[in-house]
Amino acid sequence: MQHESEIREPLILGNKSYHQITEDIVKPIEGKATKYWYMLLTVSVICFLWGIWCLSYTIGTGIGVWGSNNGVDWAWDITNFVWWIGIGHAGTLISAVLLLFRQKWRMAINRSAEAMTIFAVMCAAIFVLLHTGRPWLDYWLFPLPNQFGSLWVNFNSPLMWDVFAVSTYFSVSLVFWYTGLVPDFAMIRDRAVKPFSKKMYSLLIFGWGGSARHWHRFEEVSLVLAGLSTPLVFSVHSIVSTDFATSVVPGWHTTIFPPYFVAGAVFSGFPMVLTLLIIMRKIYGLENYITIKHIEYMNIVIIVTGSIVGVAYLTELFISWYSGVEYEQYAFLNRATGPYSWAYASMMTCNVISPQLFWFKKLRTSLTFTFIMSIIVNIGMWFERFVIIVPTLCRTFIPSSWNMYHPTFVDIGIYTGTIGMFFTFFLLFTRYFPVIAQAELKSILKSSGQEFKEKAAHSHDAHH
Amino acid sequence: MSKVAIHAIYDDEEPLMATAKELRSKGIKVKDVFSPFPIHGIDGIIGVPRTRIAICAFIYGITGMLLATWMMWYMMVHDWPTDVGGKPSFAYYMNVPAFIPITFESTVLCAAHGMAITYYLRCWMLPGVKAKNPDPRTTDDKFLLIVETKEENKNNIEALLKNGGASEISYK
Repeated sequence: MQHESEIREPLILGNKSYHQITEDIVKPIEGKATKYWYMLLTVSVICFLWGIWCLSYTIGTGIGVWGSNNGVDWAWDITNFVWWIGIGHAGTLISAVLLLFRQKWRMAINRSAEAMTIFAVMCAAIFVLLHTGRPWLDYWLFPLPNQFGSLWVNFNSPLMWDVFAVSTYFSVSLVFWYTGLVPDFAMIRDRAVKPFSKKMYSLLIFGWGGSARHWHRFEEVSLVLAGLSTPLVFSVHSIVSTDFATSVVPGWHTTIFPPYFVAGAVFSGFPMVLTLLIIMRKIYGLENYITIKHIEYMNIVIIVTGSIVGVAYLTELFISWYSGVEYEQYAFLNRATGPYSWAYASMMTCNVISPQLFWFKKLRTSLTFTFIMSIIVNIGMWFERFVIIVPTLCRTFIPSSWNMYHPTFVDIGIYTGTIGMFFTFFLLFTRYFPVIAQAELKSILKSSGQEFKEKAAHSHDAHH
Repeated sequence: MSKVAIHAIYDDEEPLMATAKELRSKGIKVKDVFSPFPIHGIDGIIGVPRTRIAICAFIYGITGMLLATWMMWYMMVHDWPTDVGGKPSFAYYMNVPAFIPITFESTVLCAAHGMAITYYLRCWMLPGVKAKNPDPRTTDDKFLLIVETKEENKNNIEALLKNGGASEISYK
């Protein structure tokens, strides 16, 4: 058995046994849904349906119904795409990078963070698929033999890299998530009473047994998948950043983009995990598993990545001045003082200044403060992508083509729709899926459970 | 001589580990152990061979890398070289920096999916397959140890298992 230092705070609070963990995790699945769940689901589904309507209107009429125009040809679509995919990155970071670093606190949060990744990438995909303008021809993105003399896709283009990166990221994340879910589904199946749910969960577990050989392979597969997902997650956002960085647009053509985007992605994903978990632990009574300590750890990640993002903003500003290129200098001056200076100011406040408040232990261990901050950072990170895209494109090389961008109700509707879809899927997930990786959690009960830690501390004292 | 399988249920993993160690020291082979979570250290005791699934992943990864290299060479350089934005495709090595991202993604894609498929097949886990745990409680909080032995030894082993802390014993 593993031993953990006594001064480390326990990760599982209260007097838990293996069976008690089972009971606590299946409670939301076997019990009746609360009225809060129905209320949240109703609101999410309404937003989702409105989004579907706006999406159909876009496909039926053309992307002229969006606010994008001749100068600002990328706007809310790409802003939302980058925002969503960035949010997804925190899930992979928690499940893969923290697994490689053997951080046990990931076990209480990895399942819901990975679910978040999958739903966020689905939302992101909607925007890239739509922004092509003729989404029914999106299969042209793949290198398929065709009737045009087999004219192939251009592999020199970062937009093509994106197709491969995002589809690989989505499918690998899905497999990683599902493989981890199987033993927990088996636990639900083995105690299911209703014939229908027993049948459904039986189908999902693929005949899992949990023998020593199964677990041995399971752990090896998890480790190797984590090892593969770690460089994958860094590559995906680096590739997303090259969509901008390989262009010759002033303000985009910078080598700092890949690391800056990756840090920003993690920085935006952790607040989304916090938004979801702070509500979930309350509604489902999971306070003993997702403890204040877990929330504090996540807030520490937010300080680190937030500071990296802050340094990146300042470096960008310095380099644009130091380069001596007047177009480059103007691009940044325009972001900070031009027509969208309010967006720039919101970005700076939400992303650079406000996370620094987490240096105070009192604030980073406060649930209310963390919840408010998690929303502020998400807004800030949305503005970051908006600031990179819209103010840059509305003031390019030829002043005669300078124009402003105004979102239409369709832009807002599709964005609201993806938020609705994200929450609809997440709410269904919390109702039918084990929201905590209970098998993994049971394996650390004796080393990190409160009761066991206290007992170990007592026997240690007795020796002296 | 007829063989018999003894199923011993434990409430905790530590006595099970101790019993498995004792059985091994007496030269009795443990057939299998079913548990709600991975018990670290049990593999060595009951003799689970090290899985070669990571080696498979490496081979799948190399395959993915070669596939992507071949695909991009064939499409961009061999079949129909195009000149987009003043970046002609004369030879593979000239464009290779631009091909690295997709080569990497394809490596990861093939390694991850190939390994996952191998894992599911090796454990024989497919939709509709019957659950392999003999006792449904082993996914909750019980630990099951199975010993296969000859009829005449069974009383001996049963005593050993009971002494080790087994809460239930049954024969299959």
